[in-house]
Amino acid sequence: MTAVAHLIARLEAARAGWLRLPRQTLARHLVLAVGFGLAFYVLSVYISPYRDSQLATAAYYFTALVGLTVLTGLNGQLSIGHGALMAIGAYATVLLIGRAHFALVPTLVAVTVITATAGGVLGAGAARLRGPYLAGATLALAVGLPALADGYPGTFGGDNGLTVAPPTPPASLGLSFPLTRWEAWIAGVGALVAFVVVANLLRGRAGRVFRAVRDHEVSAQLVGIPVARTQVLAFTLSAACAGLAGGLYVVVNQLAAPGAFQLSLSLSLLTGVVLGGLGTLGGAVWGALALVFLPAWATNLSHAISLPTNVSSNLPLALYGIALAGGMLLAPRGIQGALGRAGQWLGVRLRKSTSNEEGSDEQDHK
Amino acid sequence: MSRTTSRSRMRSRIGILGCLTAAVALVAGCGSSSSNGTTPGVTATSVTIGSHQPLTGLAAPGYSEIAPAAEAYFKYVNAQGGVNGRKITYIFKDDGYNPTNTVNVVRQLVLQSNVFAIFNGLGTPTHTKVVDFLNSSKVPDLFVASGCPCWDAGTTHPYTFGWQPSYTIEGKILGQYLKQHFAGKKVGVLYQNDDFGNGGLAGIKDELPASQIVTAQPYEPTNTNIAPQITAIQHAGAQVEVNFTVPAFTAIGQLTAFKLGYRPQLVVSNVGIDPTTVGGMLASFSKGKAGTALIEGAISDAYLPSPSDSSNSWIALFKKVHDSYDAGAPMDGNVEYGMASAYTFVQALQAAGKKLTRQSLVNAVNAMGAHWSGPGLVPFRYSTSDHGGYAGAQIATIKGGKVTLLGTPETTDPGTGPIVPYTTAQPTAPASGIPTP
Repeated sequence: MTAVAHLIARLEAARAGWLRLPRQTLARHLVLAVGFGLAFYVLSVYISPYRDSQLATAAYYFTALVGLTVLTGLNGQLSIGHGALMAIGAYATVLLIGRAHFALVPTLVAVTVITATAGGVLGAGAARLRGPYLAGATLALAVGLPALADGYPGTFGGDNGLTVAPPTPPASLGLSFPLTRWEAWIAGVGALVAFVVVANLLRGRAGRVFRAVRDHEVSAQLVGIPVARTQVLAFTLSAACAGLAGGLYVVVNQLAAPGAFQLSLSLSLLTGVVLGGLGTLGGAVWGALALVFLPAWATNLSHAISLPTNVSSNLPLALYGIALAGGMLLAPRGIQGALGRAGQWLGVRLRKSTSNEEGSDEQDHK
Repeated sequence: MSRTTSRSRMRSRIGILGCLTAAVALVAGCGSSSSNGTTPGVTATSVTIGSHQPLTGLAAPGYSEIAPAAEAYFKYVNAQGGVNGRKITYIFKDDGYNPTNTVNVVRQLVLQSNVFAIFNGLGTPTHTKVVDFLNSSKVPDLFVASGCPCWDAGTTHPYTFGWQPSYTIEGKILGQYLKQHFAGKKVGVLYQNDDFGNGGLAGIKDELPASQIVTAQPYEPTNTNIAPQITAIQHAGAQVEVNFTVPAFTAIGQLTAFKLGYRPQLVVSNVGIDPTTVGGMLASFSKGKAGTALIEGAISDAYLPSPSDSSNSWIALFKKVHDSYDAGAPMDGNVEYGMASAYTFVQALQAAGKKLTRQSLVNAVNAMGAHWSGPGLVPFRYSTSDHGGYAGAQIATIKGGKVTLLGTPETTDPGTGPIVPYTTAQPTAPASGIPTP
């Protein structure tokens, strides 16, 4: 126990000393982003090419979930249409790269702006709607927008969709450099940019205003917060993240097709933020990992049991559902909430035990 | 006061660090796979192949039977010692007909499961998204389960091979039949608005005079209400209705036409007519009020013998394999499709020889594919430049709820080439049930 106490004391000292994050918001998030980036880099080099592609997938899911965290978690607006916003970003990316021959970085910037604009227009409508009506409107978007591709097959490639060439890793990385790792790096950088921008906004005035509107619109209005404008702003910011996620989706999957942006995508994004922990960026990390690994885990588990094909092919969906329902029952505040609680509990126990020991030490000295 | 804030900040920092390390451990812990210098997926005693299939979702009814049937045939071959001493392991993964999932599962199969080849990946909107990846990774992509003319690109996609006749070839053969037997009759076309429907429509237009086609109505597979299209075909006065539809839309179209009191001569291309599948859907959509009677007399085309023709030696073979390894599925056109394509794959493995590499497999199909005989009514078109599958089809009709072949098989190409009768009789199935190299 003295060892634990010692360790805690060392940690506290480190936290007060070299491990202390800067107080200033931007510097603080930049330091965090560099830390995350380094961890991401080390991880991506260590794992196999397929795991890299899963990491890349998690990165674009994270970017989309950050957007949904802002909108639903912090501003209280429900969207079942984020898959459609990702579709806007993805189609814009394919068209800009494939038809207009834009370079990758300007493309990603452009699609973020394009989708943010679309989100602003939608947000203007959405700010007039509440609760189930807002959900209904965004649902219509998720169902209706992919069908647009079928309406203009010349531009959007119809049901078959569009494809682009994969991004080529620079020659300096060597010929055997796995493409999936390069995709993971691009997606990772995109995700970090989204993280820094959103984390900065949320720690400042914008975040407080978002939360005020979420918690009580009338009170927010009374202290002079323009409710409608705030809601449109949240929708725009959220759409920008979804658009960037759509762009990163194209980097990873090299396609934009109606079949990829069905309602199920929007619903799984919503699942991701709720399961990860609504309203926190840490929750978005967990949500993204859950969206990547939970279905894969369910599939592997159902294949491990020898069952008739009809059963085993449908079992993953059932397992996924059970995991979601079980997760919500056991951790109603999501994975992040559960971890926070576990951390708190552990902290209290440790502190109790160390203070007990200190007490006994004192007694010994007497 | 300052103590509580520092403690809460500390907690958030613990949260972030913990979150980060746990995430690293989670992803890294899943392990990495390695590959040595030998051909991936091949050992002295085994060869592992993979596929993406719609086992769930909109496209699953009917099509989900294909991969288990192919697996059943591989098990049958394995029970007799495999091919060149190698037993075939077939990993087919569900993509739910969603191209994002297709990209993901194919990457998993190639990069993680280290499969030797992709076999019979199903669907045009799905498989088109992995063709570039497979070809740049030099992974053989054999016998795609779709009739898109796009697989036939030996120069740009040397590792990809189609299997079934292209939709354009089917359209041409159906079109010629209409020209001969329904001369002067007004023809209306209902087609799926993608490569499948457009390919078929192109084939029909190639054969029929433009004036004879009074209307061509596209539908989206995501919208199950096709009453406007059927009404438009009826109002255009079409006496013949040609469908380039998947089974569900053949059934919906026929039910809609029945309600409108519209009974034209129905013509449906091969994919949309399997009587067991369509009959089952007609019964289920109409709550048991309709059945195969609604497609009785329909004209179609086939490149494999009728699955209900028990006197055919190939059907007898497939029935035998089905009863031993896949008895839970109905013995229908989908099961026949799966087994016949698996049979062709075994031929390819045999032709690639004992020293099996990815390149030797592709070379074998290029060099020998056109000479393979099997359950097909027509030969394959394989060569270094042609990567299309079966070269033609035979006209068929639905009689007594079963597919009945008419006339002789015909072959052609997906371009403007002529349609010529193919008179070589279908060989009988080998007694062992395994292709004789």
